[in-house]
Amino acid sequence: MNVLHTIGIAFETLLRNKLRSFLTLLGVVIGVFAVIAMVAAGDGARTRVQQLFATMGSNMLVILPGARVQGGVTEGFGTSATLTWDDLTAIQNEIPSVQYAAALSQVKGQVDVAGHNWATSINGTSSAYFAIRDWPIASGAYFTDSDLKGRAKVAVLGEVVVKKLFGSDVNPVGQVVRVNNVSFRVVGVLTQKGQSPHGQDNDDAVFVPETIFQSVIQGGLQQYIQGTIVVGTTSQDATDRAQRQITALLRDRHRLRNGAEEDFSIRNLTDIAHTVAAATTALTLLLAAIAGVSLLVGGIGIMNIMLVSVTERTREIGLRMAIGAKTVHILSQFLAESAALSLVGGTIGTVLGVVTTQFIAHRLGWPVPLRPEVIVIAVAFSAFVGVGFGLYPARKASLLDPIEALRYE
Amino acid sequence: MEPNRPLIELERISKIYRMGEIVVPALLDVSLTITRGELVAVMGASGSGKSTLMNLVGCLDRPTKGRYLLAGQLVSNLDRNALAEIRNRFLGFVFQSFNLLPRATALENVQLPMLYAGLPASERLRRAKEALTRVALASRLDHKPNQLSGGQQQRVAIARAIVMKPKIILADEPTGNLDSKTSAEIMNLLQELSRAGITVVLVTHESNIAEYASRVIVLKDGRMLSDRPHTPGRTHVAAASQTEEAVR
Repeated sequence: MNVLHTIGIAFETLLRNKLRSFLTLLGVVIGVFAVIAMVAAGDGARTRVQQLFATMGSNMLVILPGARVQGGVTEGFGTSATLTWDDLTAIQNEIPSVQYAAALSQVKGQVDVAGHNWATSINGTSSAYFAIRDWPIASGAYFTDSDLKGRAKVAVLGEVVVKKLFGSDVNPVGQVVRVNNVSFRVVGVLTQKGQSPHGQDNDDAVFVPETIFQSVIQGGLQQYIQGTIVVGTTSQDATDRAQRQITALLRDRHRLRNGAEEDFSIRNLTDIAHTVAAATTALTLLLAAIAGVSLLVGGIGIMNIMLVSVTERTREIGLRMAIGAKTVHILSQFLAESAALSLVGGTIGTVLGVVTTQFIAHRLGWPVPLRPEVIVIAVAFSAFVGVGFGLYPARKASLLDPIEALRYE
Repeated sequence: MEPNRPLIELERISKIYRMGEIVVPALLDVSLTITRGELVAVMGASGSGKSTLMNLVGCLDRPTKGRYLLAGQLVSNLDRNALAEIRNRFLGFVFQSFNLLPRATALENVQLPMLYAGLPASERLRRAKEALTRVALASRLDHKPNQLSGGQQQRVAIARAIVMKPKIILADEPTGNLDSKTSAEIMNLLQELSRAGITVVLVTHESNIAEYASRVIVLKDGRMLSDRPHTPGRTHVAAASQTEEAVR
């Protein structure tokens, strides 16, 4: 009794009951299709989320002043500035995993140029900020260190501000805009960054050197930073270490005793990214589990139909036993049938799943990466379902009493 | 095996079924030897134990007590897979309802035992054709059971039984579903096989079928009532009828 023959007989038997086999097959097809489609959808969602977080700048820490770890951030923001320019220098110079550090102060302000004006966010910072945010310049240049030292009235504009003030065809580099009634020369225009995950438009902003910002736009105490410190670490893996080191450094510099609450708070954006990625992974797993349930139902369908088949063919089993079929012969005959059902179903389901997800990916422009391991897992699982659920009926058939089976009406 | 040793040796065989509290003795203390080439008819009323005897001789079942030696080999203590192999190699079965696979051709049906013996395809085909030729069905190789008459179906079944060149053919009411003319054909075929050296054990309740046997065993209530040699032919019809009356 060779394997090819067993498989041949299995397909022959299945083709004999076409509708029944088809319906059983359908259960597996839907199950495998669901697993592949659901995992692909989850993957697509996760990739999308990661893309969104990438626009916020990777390797980024934000140090907020005057906020307790548990307390509201806005409570101390601006009113109780606790971060000093010396803190910034210390972070930059004393912590090896910090590549860039920049202060960022922000106010809402009015920008105008002949005939047009626009309310936008006015930011005082240094050119390191653009490096941290991974934000290239589209035309012109960033402001320089000498602009900072010399309190030059220069500005870098976001893409939305350019459109609102100049229209889309004009290159504003070299022109003069008034920011809160102070004239600034435009030195650069930033590339489009897109919206932040909170719906804030990154490109709706004007950047000026922090020194001139402090003296003509916001004012305030000279030694304190009226805003946040943004830190870029050397790599994404270094952010946790940098966060610990900055915390220790600032606690020391602010002379906080052990156990005292911090007068600053560090936001780790990769943390948020990780959390969201973990959440979408959990979602993917959940979707896969739900899809797995439908595959399980498909398996139960196989088991059901195999049990019917065993009962129907009891006499045939008896005859086969009488003329010399051993336990293993009968077992393999029925297992081959359930395995054939699940493998064919698994293959069709895989093809359907791949075609559908790629089609949807193409139409929606979603990133739906095709993971080969998902296909392998889906097919392997369907084969497992076939054999697993086929085992009981096959075993039942192979252990029939030949005399009883021959007598069965 | 020694040349004079009987093919089938049953030594004080009992088969007792237990259904909860009820104990049903189907066979009690039956001893029996059958030699090569005999055509033995086993007769008896229903419930006499003749089917049980058939199942035991056919290695489909194991006795509760006693020993069964087939061709000198003790088979009464073998497990189900070993028994399957014995059935495959030494025994051929012919049933009242033919038990052919309905969707397989005559040729495929006859090949079935050889599949389980693991014979190569070319030899399976050759031997299946040979067996079907021997039962005069060489012209019906590709017919399916529903395209064959009852007698032809039973001849396919006989071809299936002899294709592995067995030592014994067990026929359980082989003519039960056939008319008298076809029955005679089938019995002549079995007689022919018996003359060719295959032992045939036949279960029947029809005395005219037992007429073809060289030995008639009558069972009653699980015990051997009579066991007598018999010369096939008309003169012994009366004797067989008397036996049947004795059974009643």
